[in-house]
Amino acid sequence: MSTHGSLIRIGDLDVDGIGRVLGTAERFGEVMERDIKKVPTLRGRTVINLFLEPSTRTSTSFELAAKRLSADVVSIKGAGTSMDKGETLKDTILTLEAYDPDVFVVRHPQVGACDVVGRYTGASVVNAGDGTGEHPTQALLDLYTVQREIGPVEGLHVAFVGDVLHSRVARSGIAAFRMMGAKVTVVAPPTLVPRHLAEALGAEVSADIRDIADADVVYVLRMQLERMGQGGFVPSLAEYARMYQVNHARLRDGQRVMHAGPVNRGVEISGAVVDDPSTLIEAQAGNGLVVRMAVLYDVLTEDKAGAARAPGVTLEAA
Amino acid sequence: MTVEYARNTRVRLPQRPGDPANVVIRGARILDPAAGIDREGDLVVRDGVIGGDPDGLEVMDGSGLTVIPGIVDVHVHLRTPGKEHAEDIATGTASAAAGGVVTVLAMPNTQPPTDSPSILGSLLERAGREAVVPTGFIPAITMGQQGETLTEHGDLAEAGAAALSDDGVPVGSALVMRRALQYQKATDLLFTLHEEDMSLSGPGVMHEGVVSARIGLAGIPGVSEAVQVARDCSLAAYEDGRIHICHVSARETVDEIRLAKARGVQVTAEVTPHHLLLTEASVDADPDPAKFKMNPPLRATEDREALIEALVDGTIDCIATDHAPHPADEKANPFGAAPFGVIGLETAFAACHTELVLGGRMDLADLIMRMSTNPARIFGLPVPTLADGAEANLAVVDLGATDVVGDRPYASKSTNAAFVGMEFTGRVVMTLAGGQDVYRRNQ
Repeated sequence: MSTHGSLIRIGDLDVDGIGRVLGTAERFGEVMERDIKKVPTLRGRTVINLFLEPSTRTSTSFELAAKRLSADVVSIKGAGTSMDKGETLKDTILTLEAYDPDVFVVRHPQVGACDVVGRYTGASVVNAGDGTGEHPTQALLDLYTVQREIGPVEGLHVAFVGDVLHSRVARSGIAAFRMMGAKVTVVAPPTLVPRHLAEALGAEVSADIRDIADADVVYVLRMQLERMGQGGFVPSLAEYARMYQVNHARLRDGQRVMHAGPVNRGVEISGAVVDDPSTLIEAQAGNGLVVRMAVLYDVLTEDKAGAARAPGVTLEAA
Repeated sequence: MTVEYARNTRVRLPQRPGDPANVVIRGARILDPAAGIDREGDLVVRDGVIGGDPDGLEVMDGSGLTVIPGIVDVHVHLRTPGKEHAEDIATGTASAAAGGVVTVLAMPNTQPPTDSPSILGSLLERAGREAVVPTGFIPAITMGQQGETLTEHGDLAEAGAAALSDDGVPVGSALVMRRALQYQKATDLLFTLHEEDMSLSGPGVMHEGVVSARIGLAGIPGVSEAVQVARDCSLAAYEDGRIHICHVSARETVDEIRLAKARGVQVTAEVTPHHLLLTEASVDADPDPAKFKMNPPLRATEDREALIEALVDGTIDCIATDHAPHPADEKANPFGAAPFGVIGLETAFAACHTELVLGGRMDLADLIMRMSTNPARIFGLPVPTLADGAEANLAVVDLGATDVVGDRPYASKSTNAAFVGMEFTGRVVMTLAGGQDVYRRNQ
């Protein structure tokens, strides 16, 4: 239904598409080093950020990304929306359609919410995190960060450590790193690994933290305390930390640590590692802006077949 | 072998009043495997009864058509009382008639739940005015389907209950299930059980498998069903009770039922057309996956294959639709927030004929046994038959005609069909139920 491209899951992009977005991000990165950090690329375009689940870094970076591209931006956040009054997602989108938006950026607690949005709008839809589903722009900025800070992703070994079961960061990230030619290992308590993960995403699975030894990148996943609910996935956070925490005793020289934030210091990662300047955590946070600029640009300029350019939108105008 | 239970002599299957059917179906194939009938020729229905004098009756050209005993669907949701915006007795049973179904049994997860003789009585009374086909009701095992206090099983049996079930939810407590099975000796009502260990299902909304791992929806493991079935088979064996397992979905459950039957447990089981035809892959492939959301969920290819094998070898005794209407507005929610359930009455025969008969898994006679004869016997209902002197409960089908699901409007009030867009061969052209002429397909 969408006349433009959408980015709902990382699999919406192929290797070339990912390369294209990361290349665009590089060029926006150069712009961001100038005095005047704003470009007219999306002037006259309307971006609606619909954030129906708490978010700080993702919502901020999307909002700023749209503004740096000179788009008109409306940000709608969780509490205080008409959805609190019982309005369905469908009706919310149909209402916002009246403003003829070009892009919906959506964060929602339900997996697949972006597909529902896409059914009722002709605008592009960008998934900014759908429950335990996917978080494709996080995966893109992670690839971008690794490329810039380490080099080509192909041939690298990435270990995702921790709560994969509830992690949209891992779901998109594992697929993205695999697509770009990395080897991926998941190291986690067996209770926090989806059954059939190996078959579904092509990652090796281990329950032993020592199996991060061979990894070039150690990607630490947040223990999602808010999604744990009933069930006692681990006996205690203290035991989790003892068995799976990424800390200096378990890392070797040259391994680079990533974390999408927010971190639980002392749980999945030691405070000392968070503060270690050799980690990529700060770079990840910083790269969110240019990658999300590139994504907004990309969905408005690439149709689903990855070809036709929307008139009036050129990167060269930057 | 299917366990055959004694007739439930107290069951009430009311139908709205109507003129008895009078028709001669000329030159058709007449097939009723349970009665040993398979012939070419005419079938006379006079005053709603099979056989008799054809003189003066309407003649229907039956060339190319097959007359079969009508389908008995022991698992439907008529949404009455309380959810009549999704379905009511009139529309649900019209949907049945359009699918060649001559008897339905309605589940109790209504609002309020059908858990008292007075609610049952009012439903039976209303069905006597509105039901297009003979309609029975399955009241709750426990008050409010809360799994704590038994409903008045004796009074419900006396009032005409067809069986008892908490369908929609399991009987969570093994103790309550045991008490119900002990009490069964006093009522002789069959328990038809929604089997699920809710602690294992947790927040799950689809099958726990490769697809759920990839897309991140919370999974319901096959063993959630199987462990509960194992529990209840064990209890039924211990109390010498009899149980029927609703909508089997998992290969692990098939194994449990096979083991239980081998050691003589009085257990029977049903499977739905959607579990026989579809898998978790549908959830992955469709832009509107909520139409594939049901409980139990569509499972893996191996599960589907195990279900078909079990239906062929008799481990699973019969087919039932779990016809579960929901308004389109509710199904338009994201997958996790959409309600569980799909409609199925109008497509069950066509779907199963296409998949199982044309697919070479069983012949038409086997399918009729599993859609008509076996479910009637298990629930102690009158068995539809084409033998002379029987009340007309039959379907006339065109086994060569093909339809695309959703191309014609549904008789059901809801449209949440998982099979929408699929092409099935095997068309119901006429249904006679309770001796009445209840459905004729307009071309």
